[in-house]
Amino acid sequence: MTRFVVRRLCSMALVLFAISVLTFLIFQAIPNGDPAQRMAGRLSSPETVAAIRRTWGFDDPLWQQYLTTMKKIFTGEVISYTQQVNVLDEIRKGLPATLSLAIGAGILWLVLGVLFGLLSAVRAGGLTDRGLTVLAMVGVSTPVFLLGAVALYFLAFKVQLFPNGGYVPLTQNPADWAYHMILPWLVLSVLYVGIYSRVLRSNMLDTMSDDFVRTARAKGISERRVLVRHVLRNSLIPIVSLWSLDFAAVIGGGAILTESVFNLQGVGQYAAESIQQLDVPPVMVIVMLGAFFVVVLSAVTDVLFALLDPRIRLT
Amino acid sequence: MATVDSTVRAAAPAGRGVDVAAGIGPYRLGLRRLRRNKTALAFGALFLLIVVLCLCAPLYADHVAHTSPNANHVTDTVTVGGVRKDVVSPTGQPIGPTWQGRFLLGADQNGRDIAVRLLYGGRNSLEVGAVATLITMVLATLAGVVAGFFRGAVDGVIARFLDLIWAYPVVLLGIALGTSLALGGITIGPLEIQGNSLMVPAFIIGIVYIPYVAKPIRGQVLGLREQEFVDAARVGGAGPLRIMWSEILPNLSSTIVVFVPLMIANAILLEAALSYLGAGVQPPNPSWGTMISDGIRLIPSAMHLTFVPGVMLVLAVLGVNVFGDGVRDALDPRARVRIEDVQEQAEVQR
Repeated sequence: MTRFVVRRLCSMALVLFAISVLTFLIFQAIPNGDPAQRMAGRLSSPETVAAIRRTWGFDDPLWQQYLTTMKKIFTGEVISYTQQVNVLDEIRKGLPATLSLAIGAGILWLVLGVLFGLLSAVRAGGLTDRGLTVLAMVGVSTPVFLLGAVALYFLAFKVQLFPNGGYVPLTQNPADWAYHMILPWLVLSVLYVGIYSRVLRSNMLDTMSDDFVRTARAKGISERRVLVRHVLRNSLIPIVSLWSLDFAAVIGGGAILTESVFNLQGVGQYAAESIQQLDVPPVMVIVMLGAFFVVVLSAVTDVLFALLDPRIRLT
Repeated sequence: MATVDSTVRAAAPAGRGVDVAAGIGPYRLGLRRLRRNKTALAFGALFLLIVVLCLCAPLYADHVAHTSPNANHVTDTVTVGGVRKDVVSPTGQPIGPTWQGRFLLGADQNGRDIAVRLLYGGRNSLEVGAVATLITMVLATLAGVVAGFFRGAVDGVIARFLDLIWAYPVVLLGIALGTSLALGGITIGPLEIQGNSLMVPAFIIGIVYIPYVAKPIRGQVLGLREQEFVDAARVGGAGPLRIMWSEILPNLSSTIVVFVPLMIANAILLEAALSYLGAGVQPPNPSWGTMISDGIRLIPSAMHLTFVPGVMLVLAVLGVNVFGDGVRDALDPRARVRIEDVQEQAEVQR
C-alpha cells in the first residue's frame, strides 16, 4: 500500500513536470511571439522593449526562464503577461463557478446515469432501453457548445424560462445561483447520462449471467434484492471509475466549452482566453492544475477500488 | 484468430455448397452480420451521402449557386417569389433560406452563400477528420505494437509518453497547440506547413487522440505475443519486425477497423470545438465548426447561421457513429474494444 502510494506520487510528479515543460515549449516555439514586444505595444521604442525584456527575464536562457516561472508558481507570485495580475487570484475568482458546474453536473449525471442504466437493464429491449441508446448516440454526436447555444436560444431567448448565461455566486443568492446553473448542468450531463447508462446496462447484463447471481436466486432471495445487492453492486465499480476520471477532467478546466457558451467566467474560460492572448503563465498553472486533478483522482480511485474489492491488488 | 480459423477451415468438409459458418473468414462473417443491421447501414449510407455531397461542392457552386465559398454579396439583391430582396439588409441582417438556386439556405453577414460554404466547409471538416484519423491510427498502432511486443524499458518510455498526452486536458492541449501552430506553422523535416493550412488542426487532433487508441492496442498485443503462432514464427526464424508485421498486425486488423469510424467522428467533433475557440480551421476557410462558431454570436437574429451547419455536423457524426457501432457489433461481438470506454475518454472535450 505504502509502496503503491509512493510510486504513484513519483510518477505523478514526473507527469506534472513533463506537462509544465511541454506547455512552456509550445509557447516558446511561436515565432513573433515575443511577450516583451506584445506587452510594450506596437508603437514602442526598442529601449522600452529591451527594458521590459530585462525586468521580466526574457533575455535569460530558456531553462532559466522555465525555472523562474516554476518558482513563481510555487510561491504563488505568478503574474500574467497581458493583464499583469496575479494568476492564482484570477483562478481563485473562477474556481467557484467551475466547481459549481462540475459538482452539480457530476452528481446529476451519476444519479441519472445509474437510474436509467438500471431501468434499461431490467427491461432490456424496452422503450427506456431504446430511448437511452438514442440519447447516448445523439449526445456523443453533438458538440456541447452547439447543444448549449441551441438550449439558450430556445429556453432563454424564445421562452424566457432560464437566464441567458452568466454566474451568480452561491453565497450571494443560493436560489439565483441554482437558477443560473440548471441549464449548464443539464447540457453538460446529457452525454454522460447516455454513456453511463449504456455502460451500466451492459455490465449488469454481463453480471446477470454470472454463477453467483444464479446461486443467489436459487437461495430464494427476492428478485429485487438480487438485482440491487448482487448485480448492481458488482456492476457499479467501472461506473465509479469512469465517474472519478470524468469528474477530474471537468474540474481541471475540462468544461471549457460549457463554461464559454454559458459565460460562467470559470477557470476553463480563463484558460481559453489566456491561450488566445498567448499568455503563458495562466495556461501553465491551469494545465498543471487540471493534470494534477486527473492524476490524483485516478490514484485515489485505484486505492478505493482495492478497498472496495478485495480481488484487486495494488502493485 | 488466424490459427483457430485455419484449423477449423482445414477440419471442415472440403465439398462445395456445404453451408457451415466455420468456413467463412472473420470479415465475411462480419459483413454478413453487418448486412442484417439495417439501422447501421442506413446511417452509414447517410454519412456516405454527406461525403458525396461535400465532394460535389465545386459543381454546386459553379452550376447552381453561381458563386464561390468566400465571395461576398453584401450589396447584391436576390429575387425571391417575384420580390427583390437584399442579401444583407442595411441593418446588417442576412437573408434567411430562399429555397432556390441562389442562397438556398440563406446568407451570412458577409453575404456569402451558406449552402456553398456548407458543402466546402464539410469538405474541410471531413478532410481534417480523415487525415487526423490516419495520423492517430498509424502512430497509435505503431506505439501500441512496439510497446506491447518489446515490453520492458521500451514499453515504459512509450507508456510515460502516452500518460503525458492523456493527463493533458484534451481541449487545452488542442487550443494551446492550435494557437501556437496557427501563428507559426509546422516544419517536419522537408515538409513545411503554413499556419492557416487545414493540416495544422488535422495534425493536432491526430496527436491528441493517440493514447486512446494505443492503450487498448498495446493490451491486445500483450496477449497476442504469448500465443503459439508467435512462438512458431520465432522458431521458424522470424525476427521481431517480421513477427510484428505478419503475425501480430493481421490479428489487430479488426480492432483497427472498429476504431476508424469512431476516430473520424471524434476528430470532426474536436475540429468543431477547436474552431469554436478560434484554434481550429482558420478563416476565411469554412468548416462546420467555424460556421457554427461564427453563427453563435448572431443566434438571436439569424438562427439559420448556427442551425444549418449544426444539423449537418450532427447528422454526419451521428451517421458515422451509428455505422461504427454496427461495425463493432459485427466484427467484435464479444466487445473486446468497448466503444463506450473510448467515447467516454475521447469525450473529455466538453
